[in-house]
Amino acid sequence: MTAAALTGVPALWDALTSEVTAGRRFAGLFGTPRPEGLLLSAHLAGDDGVRTLEAVLPAGAASYPALTPRLGAAFWYEREIHDVFGVVPAGHPRLAPLILPPDEHAAPRHVTGHGMFTIPHGPVRSGVFESIEYLVETPGEDIPHVSLRVFYKHRGIEKRFGQLTAADGVLLAERAEGIASVAHALAYCHAIERIAGVSAPWPAALVRVLHAELERIANHLDVAARLADAAGLAVATARFGWHKERALRLVSRLCGSRFGRGVVVPGGVSALPLLGPAGILDELSQAEKAITADATALMGTASFLDRLRRTGPLRPGRAREHGALGPVGKGSGFTDDARGARPYDAYSALGLPPARPHTGGDALARLRVRWDEVRQSFQLLRQATGELGEAAAAGPLRADLTETHGLTGRAVGWAEAPQGEVLYDAATEAGRITRCRPRSASFHNLVLFHEVFAGDILTDFPFIEASFGLSVAGVAL
Amino acid sequence: MWVLRGLRNGVVTTRWPKRPDPYADNWRGPATVRDPRPTNTDGLDQICPTGAITTETAKTARPNGSVMTASVRLDQGRCILCGHCVAARPDVFAWSAGAAAAALTRGGLVVPLIPETDENLASVRRGLRERTAALRRSVHLRHVDAGSDGTEEWEILALLNPVYDVHRLGIFFTASPRHADVLLVTGAGAKGMTEPLRRTYDAMPHPKVVIAVGTDAVSGGLVSPSYATTGGVGGTAQSVGGRSGDRSPPVVSDPRIHPAVSATPEEGAFSPSSPTPNPEISGFGRGGEADPEISGFGEGVCGGVGESVPEARGVPVDVWLPGSPPSPFGILHALLLALGRLPGGGVSAGRTGREGRTVSEGRER
Repeated sequence: MTAAALTGVPALWDALTSEVTAGRRFAGLFGTPRPEGLLLSAHLAGDDGVRTLEAVLPAGAASYPALTPRLGAAFWYEREIHDVFGVVPAGHPRLAPLILPPDEHAAPRHVTGHGMFTIPHGPVRSGVFESIEYLVETPGEDIPHVSLRVFYKHRGIEKRFGQLTAADGVLLAERAEGIASVAHALAYCHAIERIAGVSAPWPAALVRVLHAELERIANHLDVAARLADAAGLAVATARFGWHKERALRLVSRLCGSRFGRGVVVPGGVSALPLLGPAGILDELSQAEKAITADATALMGTASFLDRLRRTGPLRPGRAREHGALGPVGKGSGFTDDARGARPYDAYSALGLPPARPHTGGDALARLRVRWDEVRQSFQLLRQATGELGEAAAAGPLRADLTETHGLTGRAVGWAEAPQGEVLYDAATEAGRITRCRPRSASFHNLVLFHEVFAGDILTDFPFIEASFGLSVAGVAL
Repeated sequence: MWVLRGLRNGVVTTRWPKRPDPYADNWRGPATVRDPRPTNTDGLDQICPTGAITTETAKTARPNGSVMTASVRLDQGRCILCGHCVAARPDVFAWSAGAAAAALTRGGLVVPLIPETDENLASVRRGLRERTAALRRSVHLRHVDAGSDGTEEWEILALLNPVYDVHRLGIFFTASPRHADVLLVTGAGAKGMTEPLRRTYDAMPHPKVVIAVGTDAVSGGLVSPSYATTGGVGGTAQSVGGRSGDRSPPVVSDPRIHPAVSATPEEGAFSPSSPTPNPEISGFGRGGEADPEISGFGEGVCGGVGESVPEARGVPVDVWLPGSPPSPFGILHALLLALGRLPGGGVSAGRTGREGRTVSEGRER
């Protein structure tokens, strides 16, 4: 990997901010305990890959100058480092516990005034949701502030990686954020393959694209169903729920799992799809026709659009500054798609079909981005399936990773999940994982939730939440 | 306009369980044991990443001297459906077919079944019947996520889509635990959710039924062992046999971690080398300079968090449903199993044709 080691944390921040000013996107800040101290690794994404800058905070140092005042996107990353390692980023605006459940659950209050009260919304919420607590501060109708507490379902995934072999690690990656199982497995495997210096053979690269795009379609249909449900469109909810069910069933017909689990393995894929290319193409054309018709109808339903327009706005400038990922970023004009900018597997050859730019920044723009992505996905699926028909017979499905047993090194892998770019910083020693830090798009994007309630009221909440389309499992890890 | 769209594709709803459904019957369930007494057991207990497979060697007396016989068991409550065992030893392991994976006892998930006394099973069944008899045809569900990966929520939500349409069976979701009869719990038992889960359970009126949905909820799956989870929602007290005994899993003594990786060198790398935490923030349970074992990650943190959760308490589980995640049909089957509403003994649920099932009375059919 391209890692540059710097002496001293201030020098690291200087280099980092100048890189961001020069146009690279801040993609994550992780801490790693080392004998000499705490290693701080900052990842920067660009068109040539992900670059890593590092510096060591010497053992015994209790604090360091915070990065957050200079780079707001580091807000949650520094809180997580503080949670886990106990070091204090001096000058950080709010060092509340983020991923580790604290002893006391007293609700923080940010807004004071006549009639202000806090609605603790969660962690057990009405409906089938993942556990998260939103503290909605409101005088009754407006929402001047929302606090998030994500630590309830922290599972210790990062530490658990350290007990697994490089080969078994992909199973845990699939369970880091289950609704993006394929993307997490891909990002993990890309890191391992980069350490081993191999890449997936062509048929395997096509199968990977196939599953990644089906996962994207299922996720976007899930968002559409949730938005329709929030608007009280019973038939639309049922229709998109049905389309999503058919997408998951297609995945299960290809591999036995409705979430594409067990397909992606380090070095390639475990098997070819159980359904032949002709069968897949037939299913795809039926699905595309039905989904497109219902999506067109939904985008022509005035009572639905009224609820999304100007709801949960994220300013384009803010999206760029934060490096907002996936549909959240794209809806605000910040387009950074790992499939196009840092292509992997078969994307390098297939290319990413062009998409329309969106700058609205509201829930409507985010939904439009999702429909564009669904269209792109179907195009990629057709291409990949067609190619697979010719490539399937030829060659192995896995690059030889017998070297895995002696696999030692460190690398960064990435993949574009339906939520945005997933990043894995993995280190192995003699075939076993010594450290693996996943960073989901959900973690990077969810912090923006604080900032999108300008002018919105309580009944807009479910629309804004659904339009982000994130998974809490990937946040608290 | 939407009304016409809704009619466009006719009825897409399954008739299951009244009629068989091919998707339910052909579903690939957890791994099962095809040959419980294989001639070669070398390395069998090393295959499974969650330690679900155990082997035993027993001495059998024969007229011409004693013979050593090896036997293999698989705990489906730990199976994450990775397929490693089926790929490595197809002569010993196979996929089970059908969505009916749930069992009324934790021990009922072990194949081949450990013979349980009829009395015990009958009393579990009778106890559940007595509780669910009053629920009849209007049942309300409440779901709590105790550290899932997010897929179980999708599969539970799928019960509301027009294909499964759980309303047709008189089953509804409710927002308040005060109205709930059945608690669906997902996730590996994140310690941060222990109290919210317990409070939700306590808020439900009697009679109440708890279903552990998914391998993570049953045993912690691949996520456990972890400093941040209790290894399933049954709580440590229950899953290691602290509860009334009858529900505790008979085989849990095998190592949770692959022995080949249990002694990890990274313990050194993670060890007492991180910067000393500021005493000011020791309120978060991270300790201070006094404890050199605070490693900044893992055990040190674990101690802190553990203190804030007095005891890893779970909820008493009535139905155990493995799967990573289980299919919506599997969840539906578990629900009807809990409510005693499987028609014809539930044979259409797809357990038919299962290989390696030598004893059948442990599982409700």
